[in-house]
Amino acid sequence: MSTDSVAAAAPSHAGDVLQLVDPAGTLNEQTAAGMLDVTGELVRALYRDMVLGRRFDQEAYSLQRQGELGLWLMSLGQEAAQAGSIRALRDDDRVFPSYREHVAALCRGVPPTELLSQWRGSSHGSWDPERYHFHIYSLVLATQTLHAVGYAMGVRYDAGDGVVLAYFGDGASSQGDASEALNWAAVTSAPVVFFCQNNGWAISTPASKQYAAPLAERAKGFGLDAVSVDGNDVLAVYAATQRMAERVRAGGAPGLIEAHTYRMSGHSTSDDPRRYREDAELARWKAHDPVERVRLLLTARGWADEDYFATVASDAEELAVRTRRECRALPEPSLSDTFRNTLCEETEALRREREGFETFKESFL
Amino acid sequence: MTAAATPAGKDAEGKATTTTLGRALNEGLRQAMRDEERVVLLGEDIASLGGVFRVTDGLAAEFGDRVVDTPLAESGIIGTAIGLALRGYRPVCEIQFDGFVYPAFDQIVSQLAKMRARSRGLLRLPVTIRIPVGGGIGAVEHHSESNEAYFCHTAGLRVVACGHPQDAYDMLRAAIACDDPVIFYEPKRRYWDRAEVDLGRPVDSGTLGRARVLREGSDVTVAAYGPTVAVALNAAEIAAAEGRSLEVLDLRSLSPLDATELRRSASKTGRVVVVHEAPVNVGLGAEIAATVMEHCFYDLEAPVERVGGYNVPYPPARAEGDYLPDLDRVLDAVDRVCAS
Repeated sequence: MSTDSVAAAAPSHAGDVLQLVDPAGTLNEQTAAGMLDVTGELVRALYRDMVLGRRFDQEAYSLQRQGELGLWLMSLGQEAAQAGSIRALRDDDRVFPSYREHVAALCRGVPPTELLSQWRGSSHGSWDPERYHFHIYSLVLATQTLHAVGYAMGVRYDAGDGVVLAYFGDGASSQGDASEALNWAAVTSAPVVFFCQNNGWAISTPASKQYAAPLAERAKGFGLDAVSVDGNDVLAVYAATQRMAERVRAGGAPGLIEAHTYRMSGHSTSDDPRRYREDAELARWKAHDPVERVRLLLTARGWADEDYFATVASDAEELAVRTRRECRALPEPSLSDTFRNTLCEETEALRREREGFETFKESFL
Repeated sequence: MTAAATPAGKDAEGKATTTTLGRALNEGLRQAMRDEERVVLLGEDIASLGGVFRVTDGLAAEFGDRVVDTPLAESGIIGTAIGLALRGYRPVCEIQFDGFVYPAFDQIVSQLAKMRARSRGLLRLPVTIRIPVGGGIGAVEHHSESNEAYFCHTAGLRVVACGHPQDAYDMLRAAIACDDPVIFYEPKRRYWDRAEVDLGRPVDSGTLGRARVLREGSDVTVAAYGPTVAVALNAAEIAAAEGRSLEVLDLRSLSPLDATELRRSASKTGRVVVVHEAPVNVGLGAEIAATVMEHCFYDLEAPVERVGGYNVPYPPARAEGDYLPDLDRVLDAVDRVCAS
């Protein structure tokens, strides 16, 4: 492991990185002034989102280790980037996620088991995107950034006031589709906000080997507005996203938010982060835990007491128990349904093939 | 492109007219956009220029920002079309040339084709991708390729190829009206072919999925599509003078194949020659031959013959005459199946 990769993934952000709450839970009143009305109600809600999201992620991880899921992409450490951004949007703003936005999905009301369905092998994308205004996951990196731009073009055609948000990562920013999307959005003034969760690592490749120019700078080069935020500071993320979304909603140029965060687990349950990063790096980031600093803030301000924290913890346990129970009850997928859903109407060729499959299968009963 | 310069001369009812295949496509797009305001066109140079083949000529003037001159980015064209479709629009994408579609390959085969099945039927992706296809116009490299097999191999896409001006008009409108993604191949060396076209026809979804017998015959079925349909018709004309009766089947729909019509014709004649421009190796002809063999084995008098491109990259333009299936190669194959 090279030292420069450690430096690239260091938790401190030099320069113009927006931070409202430091790791000790201290609110920077001066920076917050005019940006965000920080209330106990808001901070409690975001804290709850993060705790529930983290517990869900932990449960999914356990389910994978017990063979109930084929794979899991952990979101540990990225709770602030997700809860802060999704909660700053209107519920009917359309979101195009990548594949790790479990906390954001839960905030949108996507049922836990529908989030697990894809990883259990029960589907390739379970929930109804129209219902939650939250598209199904995209596994090929950065493809969804273009879908978001196209959808935003449609919003513009409809003279709607919706904003479209596309999540992607620092690794995905290397894909051609990401550059096409940034450029395309800028050229068409599509009402889209790109939200990069820069978590420092693309599987085992550090950000220092991924790009030379900071993503926010790159976005400006395409003609977008761009800001960098402390992605582990949920209030900074919330404020930046709210400000960007409202500006875009009002007809401003599309924008990009680069949230500097850290993936505290491996990329997925298949890799071993100890092979490519040092324990010291993880330790440094643990001191910047997104949940802990909000807990400290809530306590210091007297916005929450031990009863409140106990209630949230209890709700999280309940979510975990429910997730485990419902995961095991997920129905087995039907290949017959795949035949029926390949095209809008099953063609003669598909029907014949499906019936052949069904007849063959039934012959073993 | 003379198609654009030649106005479609309509008769008193504004219906029957003699026009080119390129112009028929233009009229098909215009009618589709008039019928449905959620049809939008995306492509490079399609607005003020009217496309490099002028197929979108005049549409920007009539439909304004529904005709989008896009950045030069094929993946972007298809990716944003997916987003537009998810918003309820019916995008029609123009890929400038066949060989330029590859940067969009992931968006087409992994995203567009699979999103409906992935969503368990919740999402519809009514995206039409127009691709000028094939050689024969003396173009430079990447401008003459036949890549239909790549897309036919991907479930979730419909792949069609028009070969006649009337089909160009009818099939394009049916493709745009279809809720599935459609790869729509336009035979670029036939853009200037003229025929009588009825522009008053309603949308007929049947033109998308069904093959069509263009010439009845009894000795040999010649199955072709896109640019080789005219070659097949020409061969049938010559063969008739020599006393042989060829049935010309325009497949039109490449995925799904109209296996019913293919089997009917193959069983009737007992001899089949497949003609396409793409390399024969793992090409659509192999699928057609296998389909005929599986279903018509006992009706066949001879092995199915394939006439197509050789298994080499598309050659420099001055050698394409030897590469493309021409009249002589088709008639030679007809001779072989008749000799069996």
